[in-house]
Amino acid sequence: MYYTTAAGEVKAVDGLNFDVEQGEVLGIVGESGCGKSSLATTLLKLLPNNGIIKEGRIIMDGEDLVPMGDADVRRKVRWTKIALVPQGAMNSLNPVFRVGDQIAEAITAHTNVSRSDARARTEELLKLVGVDPSRGRHYPHEFSGGMKQRAMIAMSLALSPKVLIADEPTTALDVIVQAGIIRLLLGLRNDFGTAIILISHDLALVAQMSDKTAIMYAGKFVEYGTSKEVYGSALHPYTIGLLGAFADIRKPKEPLVAVPGSPPDLIQPPPGCRFSPRCPYAEEVCRTKEPPFLEAAKDHYVACHFWREIKAKRGGRA
Amino acid sequence: MSTDTEVILKIEHLTKLFSVRRSFAQSIGRKSAGRVHAVDDVSFEIKKGEIFGLAGESGSGKTTIIRTVLMLSPPTSGSIIFKGQEISGLSRGQMKKYRTKMQIVFQDPYESVNPRMSVFDIVAEGLFVNKLVSSREEAVERVTAALRDVQITPPEEYLSRYPHELSGGQRQRVAIARALVLDPELIFADEPVSMLDVSIRAEIINVLLSIREKRGISILMVTHDLALSKDMVDELAIMYVGKIVERGPAQEVVSAPYHPYTYALTAAVPVPDPEAPKVRVLAKGEIPTNIAPPSGCRFHPRCTFAQAVCATTEPPLQEVAPGRQVACHFWKEAHDTFARGLDGPVSGDVTK
Repeated sequence: MYYTTAAGEVKAVDGLNFDVEQGEVLGIVGESGCGKSSLATTLLKLLPNNGIIKEGRIIMDGEDLVPMGDADVRRKVRWTKIALVPQGAMNSLNPVFRVGDQIAEAITAHTNVSRSDARARTEELLKLVGVDPSRGRHYPHEFSGGMKQRAMIAMSLALSPKVLIADEPTTALDVIVQAGIIRLLLGLRNDFGTAIILISHDLALVAQMSDKTAIMYAGKFVEYGTSKEVYGSALHPYTIGLLGAFADIRKPKEPLVAVPGSPPDLIQPPPGCRFSPRCPYAEEVCRTKEPPFLEAAKDHYVACHFWREIKAKRGGRA
Repeated sequence: MSTDTEVILKIEHLTKLFSVRRSFAQSIGRKSAGRVHAVDDVSFEIKKGEIFGLAGESGSGKTTIIRTVLMLSPPTSGSIIFKGQEISGLSRGQMKKYRTKMQIVFQDPYESVNPRMSVFDIVAEGLFVNKLVSSREEAVERVTAALRDVQITPPEEYLSRYPHELSGGQRQRVAIARALVLDPELIFADEPVSMLDVSIRAEIINVLLSIREKRGISILMVTHDLALSKDMVDELAIMYVGKIVERGPAQEVVSAPYHPYTYALTAAVPVPDPEAPKVRVLAKGEIPTNIAPPSGCRFHPRCTFAQAVCATTEPPLQEVAPGRQVACHFWKEAHDTFARGLDGPVSGDVTK
């Protein structure tokens, strides 16, 4: 998916392949500007006018969404099959309407149910996400941040989607509130088999929730596999760098190592491997030839020319 | 770390209340609207070269402490002693000579540096305003040295650049250089990395650690990130609704807490390991407002250890082990429970 801008084409999402099964959580980790939120809007075809899906397929229940018309996507896919909890969701509630009415509206707008049925469903949904159903009569400003986020999750569940895309669902929430949201989302997965695509910059959040993890850098996946493999035997220098820069509360005091440099411009990404200008392992080939995305181990893919060397060097850990 | 134990900043019984405007209904009923207890009887001191951390959730009063110490918002009561001199109650003019000695680095480098000023103008502004340099050459020299200290190299190349030409990490380092150029003895860092990407957070932390090392500058760091506190802070105080509930060496507080609130915070922090136990919610309900904080121990309505006494009597912050202070009636029970690997008297998640 590319954006056309006055400065040129921005290759925000570039050649990604992944699948999510029922009841599975896929985590996508990346830093600001790597294209992870663009990926979320692409999957729902909620792109702005300058965003174009150049090629590829998005298959939901055997049907490709890419050639599908807007009206069909709205009627057949959004909310009913794939729902989005957008970034900054808690600020997405309309301040002048009661929270319960906003959820009920989402239901009546997409189905033929009566208003009273929609209201009953709203109460059920609020209860499900751990908000007292009587609070549905309140306005967003009477809700705390965590409750607003729960209400937005309730809304996204209104039509029982099979896939929930959660874009930074806990950003700006305090840590105990965040823990509550993590448990809520995992509970939904366990109880209803909802598949979740979790998009976040937070390695630890993704590790806690995901069965599979993809590490995204400059519009591409650089590493993808089961979370156990990606975290336990990281092979891409970027993944290794991120893990080294992350403060782990369980470990004794340790120096943190920064990944030098900053993410590239997506209008003119660096030639070859996009991470090469920041990579401690980079050699000439990295600056000229893009590394293929290879299966390095079972259910573990990596895009790096030197993954074998890195694996050997990291020895027992890889 | 410096062995010098000179106290740079001493805060005693600091209290900051904000009044709330009475609503129309309250003024008719002749009721008072109450006051926000943003900071309530907080005491601590920061030694030369020490990094002191204040951690807690939103609304715990961390940022208000910084604003109060800088006299941006004078304290309601209590004393603030900077290098032996009482500074609370000083006028703007009298405060001026301390301003350069206490500098602040804000959370968001995209908002805290003026996009229309060059790096040189941003960093040098304080020098000119405070008349600390007599010529432009002298200013260039000091700005260059400060930029070098924050690892913006070669500094000469950056002097005429504008913020939009810098990455987020570089912007934050320029903000640190702006503080550093005035030769401060204490830097307040208000969530200095929370707006930055993980890969560049470490770079900012390492810059702060190196200026402490090189110049012996003390740092008061406000953060909500306990994992980061453990790696960067020497002495850590945990705040809850305007009060310090626990303090001690950062690593000890984080790895072996005494206060049920501290423990609940640590249990909620996710770790970058899919095999690790999942986060747990060990505090009931939500953080109360500080307009009418709960009676007794402010944490008692959420605490799984709470007994009748907790609702009536406020526990004092007392020393329970060398260097460790905690404000909890049941600190011993709590600490023993956690040491046995249990979460509390109620097992598992309290939200279920």
